[in-house]
Amino acid sequence: MMDSSKRDLRFSLWLKLPMFLWTIVFVFVALLYVIGLSFLSRSEVIGVTNELTLQNYARLADPQYLRVLLNSLKLAAMTTAICILIGYPFGYLMARLNPFARSIVMLLIIVPFWTNALIRIYGWRILLTGNGPINSILLSLGIIKEPLKLLYTDGAVLLGMVYALIPFMILPTFTTVDKLDFSVVEAARDLGASPLHAFLTVTVPLTLSGLMAGCVLVFIPSMGLFFLSDLLGGSKSVLAGGLIQRLINSRDLPLAAALSVLLLSLTGAVIAIYRKVGGSGDLSLF
Amino acid sequence: MSEQPILRLDGLYKDFGQGPILHDLSLDIYPGEFLTLLGPSGCGKTTTLRIIAGLERPTKGAVYLEGADVTTLPPEKRHVNTVFQNYALFPHMNVFQNIAYGLKVLKISKSEQKKRVMDALTLVQLEGYDKRMPNQLSGGQRQRVAIARAIVLEPKVLLLDEPLGALDLMLRQNMQHQLKQLQKKLGITFIYITHDQEEALNMSSRIVIMRNGRIEQIGTPEDVYEHPRTFFAANFIGQSNLLHGTITEKNDQGEVMVNVNGTMIPGILDEYYSPAAGEDVALCLRPQRVRYGKAPQHGMELKGTIQSKEYSGGMQHTHISLSDTLTINAISQSAELDNYPVGSEVYVGWSQRHAPIVPDEQSTSDSEGDV
Amino acid sequence: MKKQSFGSILFIALVLIVMYLPIIVVVVYSFNANSSRIPIEFTGWSFKWYKELFSGRGGFGDALFLSLRVAFWSVLISVVIGTLGAIGMAQRTLVQKQKPSKIDTAMEALSSLPIMIPEIILGLAFMILFNAIGLRSNDMRLVLAHSSFCIPYVFMTVKSRLVGMDTALFDAARDLGASPARVVKDITLPLCRPAIVSGAFLALAMSLDDFVISFFVYGAGEGTLPIKIYSSVKVGVSPQVNALCTLIIATIFIAVALSRYVSSVRAARERKRSFKAA
Repeated sequence: MMDSSKRDLRFSLWLKLPMFLWTIVFVFVALLYVIGLSFLSRSEVIGVTNELTLQNYARLADPQYLRVLLNSLKLAAMTTAICILIGYPFGYLMARLNPFARSIVMLLIIVPFWTNALIRIYGWRILLTGNGPINSILLSLGIIKEPLKLLYTDGAVLLGMVYALIPFMILPTFTTVDKLDFSVVEAARDLGASPLHAFLTVTVPLTLSGLMAGCVLVFIPSMGLFFLSDLLGGSKSVLAGGLIQRLINSRDLPLAAALSVLLLSLTGAVIAIYRKVGGSGDLSLF
Repeated sequence: MSEQPILRLDGLYKDFGQGPILHDLSLDIYPGEFLTLLGPSGCGKTTTLRIIAGLERPTKGAVYLEGADVTTLPPEKRHVNTVFQNYALFPHMNVFQNIAYGLKVLKISKSEQKKRVMDALTLVQLEGYDKRMPNQLSGGQRQRVAIARAIVLEPKVLLLDEPLGALDLMLRQNMQHQLKQLQKKLGITFIYITHDQEEALNMSSRIVIMRNGRIEQIGTPEDVYEHPRTFFAANFIGQSNLLHGTITEKNDQGEVMVNVNGTMIPGILDEYYSPAAGEDVALCLRPQRVRYGKAPQHGMELKGTIQSKEYSGGMQHTHISLSDTLTINAISQSAELDNYPVGSEVYVGWSQRHAPIVPDEQSTSDSEGDV
Repeated sequence: MKKQSFGSILFIALVLIVMYLPIIVVVVYSFNANSSRIPIEFTGWSFKWYKELFSGRGGFGDALFLSLRVAFWSVLISVVIGTLGAIGMAQRTLVQKQKPSKIDTAMEALSSLPIMIPEIILGLAFMILFNAIGLRSNDMRLVLAHSSFCIPYVFMTVKSRLVGMDTALFDAARDLGASPARVVKDITLPLCRPAIVSGAFLALAMSLDDFVISFFVYGAGEGTLPIKIYSSVKVGVSPQVNALCTLIIATIFIAVALSRYVSSVRAARERKRSFKAA
């Protein structure tokens, strides 16, 4: 007689097997390669030598690289902060709109969300160029005498970063506010809380999960968007993502790998903190 | 019953890792029975059913269907079908496809499928509903589709997991009757799960009272109602005055005297339990059995005072105190309404054969159905 | 629903205007008649960039074709693998009602890494891996990379659908005689179909949209559409790209509006039907 539970187990294993194999080869082994590479040194001509070394990590302490890392972190933090300041109220107010207005705003948010960041950033490039629309309008209004330098500045990079990532703050916030039972807020008002007090003590804590998910979804990609500094920041502005790209271009793969491992650990730390603070929710928008 | 059991459960033991759900459960079920597993939630009745269906494997023990060991046989290979608690109708199939599903898996011809599905629909009185989707049906109709889907396969045993639990009271009573009729017509063995003792008493040919993974008592509805053998059974089925006391006297005929809080109450032991003098027992007295009046009742010299009376549609509930610390409940039909005012002294008595004595069990946490 | 104050509506409108400013600029410039070398000044309306785009001289057709080809195979692979994986893992937790095994939990976490970590790291990882195993075909490299980050999207959409499913349905099918494989075919897959379809669309969008990972994985040549766009806009303003981007935005707008319309119609129909049954 066949044993039914063993047979069921074998069946489920067959279903899972392709995904397991894929994950092992293309995620586990691939990332292992990066980690392994970060401990090798670059050979004179091309490729790497077989010596194990820590020198790549030591090289990251070089002031030149350190400055790039710190700049990236600072920019990521600023991006996240601005996204909270604009995205959280936006998501909140959007959830409070009447159903028709809400579905229109939702449509208007989702379209840019699906549109390639490259295209949207490119739009800013046109807007910000020396003789582009913004400068032309300001000049013709007589507000400025000569064109402002808008493109290839740190401000432009920050703008682009916020612009590219803000949907990731708006959508989770909207979802949690939408699910919020507003009778709780009304109860707080009924118990004598001022609107602001009720918002800070009831609404914000209850929608914190969305806010935190938004922070993670903004912060992590902001470290890696290399094309952003490329298109809006020009050659002088280099961020962690851009640095990796340059190192790859100059064939210094071990250093690029070491930098990636550093970024990877940072990502892991951010997610670990998120989980620790109670963000049990799924980090996916879908 | 001398015939061969259709289903035999032999020493079933199940542990999900948080303590045993079933302890050494053995049970023989005979062809054509309407057997009810009755017990509070968590007593192991659903697990027993799932083991019979093959959806769960016992940790120890075996299941025999018509004498063959089916313990490790997967559910799809067993001649047993289930009506699930929330019906579990496939939402993407219409009524016909739902009922035909088991036949389709068996690769039965299209024409035969159609005939048998239509017969099943007639049987559950749902002719003309075959094109409906499950979400277009009412609760009672879904229920009947679920039954049709199971019986169309002509199972040897039909398992029903609280099939009426989700229906409202009126519909439930109607369905109880219909299910009983259906079982008679088909002659299939039914194993029925419920936590509703009234439902169990109404429908079953035998009731299995379960608690904490063990069988408390097996018997006909009459048997478990009139002769509960454990404190739990007495408590769980019907309403009872459970009088905790100590046996002070006992003779060879099994007649005893029980000291309940100082009041001496006579009783008769049955053949299943013979406590010695000094043992703690409980006397299980149905309120409907209590008689009272100006003359001694059933030859008992017990006297009490009427404390309060409540009239509730056709029934009269009377609280009679036998002493400062002992009050019993009596229920009488309104037809025999008394006219003793509150405070009057009456003789109280009952047929002692119908007031079984069971082992005492003072500290029971799951005391449902207490008066 | 409370009536919104003027201030909050102004805020929403302002954010939306800023959000659409660059998009509108791209659209408007795609009709710019100015054909100087740096066509920043708006000199009049014209369709000439669209004509030029469709003439195929810019090489955008090849890039689009590559993008679509890669997306097709990646979606196919990720839908099969992700769906089977989600169903396979559900066998234990939903059908047998046991805790997920340690291996399953670890694999699930690992498989979701491609959409959690910065894309550039994944790009580097794939580049190194493909170079190490000597995989040269650009199509293959792209498909393997894209499938890897599409699988978690399909997996997650199907999984969340499975979690919400009534597990008694699986029991019922087994009880009626279906083998585990038959249950998957008759019950699980049909009930997961909406989730599989939305997972597939998600994967399609992610594959077509991807730039960073493709950029590193792709060897020599013109590249996928996003790569091609990047290399054209990096040097300056390209009117053909304006026209292309306008078409892309229009497509997305129509697709999103259509999908929202369809789902709202479906929800309304569902409500009506359950209302009728009640």
